[in-house]
Amino acid sequence: MRRIVIGEGSCGIAAGAAKVQSALEPLLKEAGIPVGITGCIGMCYLEPIVDIYEDKTLVRRLVRVSEADAPAIAAALAGEDLSALDALTIQPDDEAFLKKQTRIALRNCGIVDPTDVIDYEARGGYEGLKKVLSGMSQEEVIDVIKVSGLAGRGGAGFPTWFKWDAARKSQSKNGSKYLICNADEGDPGAFMDRAVIESDPHNLIEGMMIGAYAIGATEAVVYVRAEYPLAIVRLENAIEQARAAGYLGRNICGSDFSCDMRIKAGAGAFVCGEETALIESLEGHRGMPRLKPPFPAQAGYWQEPSNINNVETYANVPWILTHGGETYAQMGTETSKGTKVFALTGKVVRGGLVEVPMGMTLRDVIFGIGGGIRDGRKCKAVQMGGPSGGCIPYEMFDTVIDYKALAATGAIMGSGGMVVMDETTCMVGMAKFFLDFTTKESCGKCVHCRIGTKRLYEILTRITEGNGREGDIELLEELCVAVKDGALCGLGQTAPNPVLTTLRYFRDEYVAHIEKKKCPSLECAALLRYEIHADKCIGCTMCARNCPAKAIDGTVKKPHVIRQADCIRCGQCLASCRFGAITVE
Amino acid sequence: MCQCSQQKSDLSLLAPVLEKYAAVPGSLITILQKAQDIYGYLPTDVLYAVAEATGDSPAKVLGVATFYTQFRLQPVGKYLIMQCQGTACHVNGSERISKAITEELGIRDGETTADGLFTLKDVACLGCCSLSPVMMINGETYGTLTPEKTVKILRSLKEQAGKEAQG
Ligand SMILES: Cc1cc2nc3c(=O)[nH]c(=O)nc-3n(C[C@H](O)[C@H](O)[C@H](O)COP(=O)(O)O)c2cc1C
Ligand code: FES
Repeated sequence: MRRIVIGEGSCGIAAGAAKVQSALEPLLKEAGIPVGITGCIGMCYLEPIVDIYEDKTLVRRLVRVSEADAPAIAAALAGEDLSALDALTIQPDDEAFLKKQTRIALRNCGIVDPTDVIDYEARGGYEGLKKVLSGMSQEEVIDVIKVSGLAGRGGAGFPTWFKWDAARKSQSKNGSKYLICNADEGDPGAFMDRAVIESDPHNLIEGMMIGAYAIGATEAVVYVRAEYPLAIVRLENAIEQARAAGYLGRNICGSDFSCDMRIKAGAGAFVCGEETALIESLEGHRGMPRLKPPFPAQAGYWQEPSNINNVETYANVPWILTHGGETYAQMGTETSKGTKVFALTGKVVRGGLVEVPMGMTLRDVIFGIGGGIRDGRKCKAVQMGGPSGGCIPYEMFDTVIDYKALAATGAIMGSGGMVVMDETTCMVGMAKFFLDFTTKESCGKCVHCRIGTKRLYEILTRITEGNGREGDIELLEELCVAVKDGALCGLGQTAPNPVLTTLRYFRDEYVAHIEKKKCPSLECAALLRYEIHADKCIGCTMCARNCPAKAIDGTVKKPHVIRQADCIRCGQCLASCRFGAITVE
Repeated sequence: MCQCSQQKSDLSLLAPVLEKYAAVPGSLITILQKAQDIYGYLPTDVLYAVAEATGDSPAKVLGVATFYTQFRLQPVGKYLIMQCQGTACHVNGSERISKAITEELGIRDGETTADGLFTLKDVACLGCCSLSPVMMINGETYGTLTPEKTVKILRSLKEQAGKEAQG
């Protein structure tokens, strides 16, 4: 039977998918064609996406659909011949975006209906949990994870089995043990975890329940970022369904293992992604990190043994249990096994969710899958790991995706943010951008982070405003080391990374700002100088009329002049000149 | 002058929330979230009521309320503009959008227009990076913004509010 499925993750909805759905539904109802939804397909740049299925087979994918297309789609679907839809159909180049990926954590994303447990079961869902509960011991489960080589996808890449084993062995004081999922996803520019929860919430529940069994947890909690309302709604719905189907609660799948799950919505604080701060927040306090040790495995939530993993870490677990640890470990490199999900964004042609085996080069991801840089510009760098990570220059794009190899560049694997930059992005400005973020998000508990990041930010600000001084680069370097060494938690310890990596690879940009008072990327407004060339200016007065500061003098048919002292460097004149008479440098 | 003694919120609205959560350990954030859902922000007398019910000190309650960016101690305008300042939006020119909003409405991050119509709030990543630069107004997302497009959106909202006020 013919049916259609619309991609409705947050980004699809933002692009207009829900409007497309309401336009299509009444038209298709008459024809008896069911309309379903799925989560994020991952091709964010092509949203809204409408998939046409014959039974279980995807026969055609329509992209960038708008409400206005609804009548044409409905008319075509009523007949046999779909060729009228060719113009809306995805191009082979774009199909390659998905074909070049290996999807494990995302295996159901964009395929299953996230609101329906039966759909998940039909794709082999909950088989891993059933297998575990039908006779595997806790040690056996942990052993499968050990063989798989699965490491934490939240950033640090710590071996998952080790944490599980520590939590399993740890003695509880009152009989409680907790399994916590970190869905705080703080990196501004990353949305992998949101996509998994919105698109395949049962996969997360299954992975968490397998972990809960392995450590002997009595309760599971998902800490979800406040800015993700749709994820919370879908997960709530999935938890209810899972409870009704016997995958949560008492005597799960008829075994004597019992564990329930609840959601805790965060309230907006980046530092709460740090595991001990997250626990503080769960307990209702300000989210300030605790000193480690003791680690959460010994004394976590309510001082009881707790295990915390990232969403993507858990999302790999069901597949590993059904396919075996060895199969998972066959993918990847010597030191990094399996796959990694990235949120590919920035100046790239094809942005979206990408899951690739470890060991792929950055070039293959950004150019092979992402299609390179938009508007024919030159690629400059990629930012990985958000505020804790760094910028890797284009010249190093043969670096492979591997925890060690990426750390060697000064950046980190991170949780999966991958923001691509072209020649128009100023790297000093980029460092300043992240320091602005960390100064605002520093919880203030330790001096190095609270004051140190602020001073870094001030120095970067004066450099971008043309007030950089000799010795500023050295001062930045010294301060970076001090903050790294002196900060209490990962936030401060990693906050200097964006500065250090840009200093390492783009030092010339810093020098140009400080010594020549020039911004090579033409981004720092204070360092720009707009000029009208008398030989090209025909005196059309366009620029003068558009100048909001009234800083351009001249009469009709005579060359105009910018009064530099009054110029606010907004660029309106450049944008309005049709004769190429205005330049900026 | 201190306004706290004058503020009179209808605390009966909060009673069911306190009844359900006040005695559950670790619920302070949840209670504040629900209170904000009710009142639109966290009035001072509500904070005191929460402190009394949970047994926390008013200082602790205010400490939590000011730590998390979600909580507001002032009422917001009819339209809450959440402007994304995430990395992808930054790279794609969010600064120009901020400038356009500030020029059009005369408000900066955290401020509300005098007519009570708009509040501007910077946020980090709305998760729609592929549509960057992005802003969200009362739950609706607007993507691939340009300064011109932004001004157009704001003006049409103003117009809409004006019509609603009349009719
Ligand atoms: C400042 C800071 C922010 C963090 N934010 C996140 C986050 O948003 N999501 C996440 O999963 N881990 C985050 N982490 C890492 C966690 O502390 C923790 O290592 C992780 O949740 C463990 O899960 P994993 O082993 O599955 O990666 C953050 C760490 C620091 C220091
Ligand atoms: S950075 Fe703006 S939506 Fe992600």
